[in-house]
Amino acid sequence: MVPISYYLVLSGLLFACGVCGFLIKRNIITIFMSIELMLNGVNLSFVAFAAHWHQLAGQVFVFFVMVVAAAEAAVGLAIIIAVYRTRETLNVDQVNLLKL
Amino acid sequence: MNPDLKLWLIPILPLAGAAVNGFFGGKSSRQAVTIVGLFFSGAAFAWALGVAFRFSSLELPYQEYLAHWIRSGNFSVDFAFYLDQLSLVMLLVVTGVGFLIHIYSVGYMWDDPGYYRFFSYLNLFMFFMLTLVLANNYLLMFIGWEGVGLASYLLIGFWFTKDSAASAGKKAFIVNRIGDFGFLIGLFLLIQHFGSLTFTQVFDQIKPMSPETAGAGLLTAIGILLLVGACGKSAQIPLYVWLPDAMEGPTPVSALIHAATMVTAGVYMVSRSHVIFERAPIALTVVAVIGTLTAFFAATIGIAQTDIKKVLAYSTVSQLGYMFMACGVGAFSAGIFHLMTHAFFKGLLFLAAGSVIHAVGGEQDMRRMGGLRTKLPWTFWTMTAATLAIAGIPGLAGFFSKDEILWRAYQASWAYWLVGVVTAFITSFYMFRLWFMTFFGEYRGEAAGHGAPAHDAHAGHGHGGHGHGGVHESPKVMVIPLAILAVLSVIGGYVGVPGSLGGNNHFDHFLGPVFRSTLPAENSQTQVGEKGATEQTTEGTEPKESASKELMFTGISVAAAFLGLALAWLLYYRSPDLPHRIVQRIAGLYEVVCHKYYVDEIYASLIVKPLVNGSTSILWQGVDRKVIDDTVNNAADGARHVSDEVRHMQSGNLRSYAGWVAAGSAVLIAYMIWWGVER
Repeated sequence: MVPISYYLVLSGLLFACGVCGFLIKRNIITIFMSIELMLNGVNLSFVAFAAHWHQLAGQVFVFFVMVVAAAEAAVGLAIIIAVYRTRETLNVDQVNLLKL
Repeated sequence: MNPDLKLWLIPILPLAGAAVNGFFGGKSSRQAVTIVGLFFSGAAFAWALGVAFRFSSLELPYQEYLAHWIRSGNFSVDFAFYLDQLSLVMLLVVTGVGFLIHIYSVGYMWDDPGYYRFFSYLNLFMFFMLTLVLANNYLLMFIGWEGVGLASYLLIGFWFTKDSAASAGKKAFIVNRIGDFGFLIGLFLLIQHFGSLTFTQVFDQIKPMSPETAGAGLLTAIGILLLVGACGKSAQIPLYVWLPDAMEGPTPVSALIHAATMVTAGVYMVSRSHVIFERAPIALTVVAVIGTLTAFFAATIGIAQTDIKKVLAYSTVSQLGYMFMACGVGAFSAGIFHLMTHAFFKGLLFLAAGSVIHAVGGEQDMRRMGGLRTKLPWTFWTMTAATLAIAGIPGLAGFFSKDEILWRAYQASWAYWLVGVVTAFITSFYMFRLWFMTFFGEYRGEAAGHGAPAHDAHAGHGHGGHGHGGVHESPKVMVIPLAILAVLSVIGGYVGVPGSLGGNNHFDHFLGPVFRSTLPAENSQTQVGEKGATEQTTEGTEPKESASKELMFTGISVAAAFLGLALAWLLYYRSPDLPHRIVQRIAGLYEVVCHKYYVDEIYASLIVKPLVNGSTSILWQGVDRKVIDDTVNNAADGARHVSDEVRHMQSGNLRSYAGWVAAGSAVLIAYMIWWGVER
């Protein structure tokens, strides 16, 4: 059996990749994908723990996260399309009308 | 059952006058202010007279309860008034002399722009002074005590634009504060040990106690602390320094507050507390010694003063010393007797001096007066009566009271008597010096018509600015109070003619019930002090001899008075250049006396300067600036510096926020992992 620490390290790496992408990338779609990557990193640790402790709660959590992520993707992509239509750019640094 | 005397009206009436004049006087005419000021003080006097007429039918002490004040456990203090023979005497003196001085002030202050303010303060003073003498407990007395201090401060600094007046007011207030400190501690001791401040309750608890002869005890401590308070208020050594400076105030104020009434509050307080002092012989000795020293010391300073009011001020200090001497030897009624006669003649002396100052256009230096006898006949004759009275010339008020004190002092110790007689001589000398310098010889002021060379003079300084040339008699409104007080100064002593002179000492008998010794019978010494001087000496199996002895002592003090008169006549009338030659002979001593023994300078260098320097360098520059201010300022500066740096985090860039969040959680997680490992 694969030890739980493997899963956790992988999950941490995925999350870290997501964080790095979120911080570094300027393209809003890439940022969006980085967020999904972070969510999935967390999901991985959930299922790993669920399997380790033989408890279903972790699995159930993952379903919830997926549902929320799907909803978020729907809303988020819609916003991105709206932004692109008005601003003709996907660079977040240029979408800064609310900034002083 | 006692009738309801409505004693509370007596202090409240002047308070109402003070309020009316204080609030509305600024906008009303001088006439209206005069009417209000005189009406309310006169009404208080009238009511006091009414009380006096019904006095004989009262059950004494008469107490009147007005309202609750403090209720705390078993301890209680009320707004309540207390009337016995002692309060009645004080009541009549304060309202009577006070009313006369109110009348006089109408003339004296008429031209002053602060006219309404003056009457408001004067009435306020009356209110507090009457509260003081009518209180039935120490705390209410203390309210009056502080209040008269306040009124005194306001009136000394009445011409507050003059720097010397403002600082004299402050000095009076601060020196009094030192005395009040002692008074307060004494009150705390009373509360702690007797659980009450009401006179009757405290004294009832003390009466069964026996005198503390050996070693100091509680009553001695209380007595000395009360004495400290009395010293402050009544200008005794070492706290007398404020009174001469207080002469910066208008002259009616000097007469009312700093001669006739307020400064005698200490004597009243000691007399009121005689139950305590009788059981504390050490405290009583301290009272007598302080009084004797003050009497002598102040009298010697009075010799060399040239300001007419300063002479009278030191004379007041000296006479107050006599009163303390009387209290200190247990002759409380003699002290109160002198208090009363002193109120008449010293009040009169100040008013007459004010009349002189008024006449010569604000000049106070006696060296620039002289020859005023014919120009100011009323002032001259009334002042003559007062001078004769204070000098102790037989037949006038001061003679009887001073003689009474000296005789009682002799019964306690010959030393008191000796200093007292010498002081009487000096008193007579400086008073007649003042009299001769002011009223006899040539007029030395420059306003006179005989073309005296004008030297370094600035006539008409200070107040009023009388817009008329030449010396003139004061208006009637000023002269009438002078005349009334002169009559009182002449006949005031006949209420207490001692037995050796064929009288029967009514005054002493009148006050007898208040001061009747409360000690166990075997202590005969105070018994002597309580009853008539001559008839009832307890060790006196030969009262005849005692009477003739007293007569002899009377003769000595009269001789001292005449000696002073003769010396003053010689030096200041017959050969006015003699004083200069004498002064040159004893230049060193004269300098010392002239500078009031450098007491002010000594106080300044020993107490005031270290205090000011210490406060400046340690408390102000050290504690206040370095500790308190710097703490606040550095906290603010630090906050700004840190914020200056930290605000760069708030760039508005969303991803940098996310970066901070990530970094923060990374640190937290690292910490938790580390911590977990360590455990």
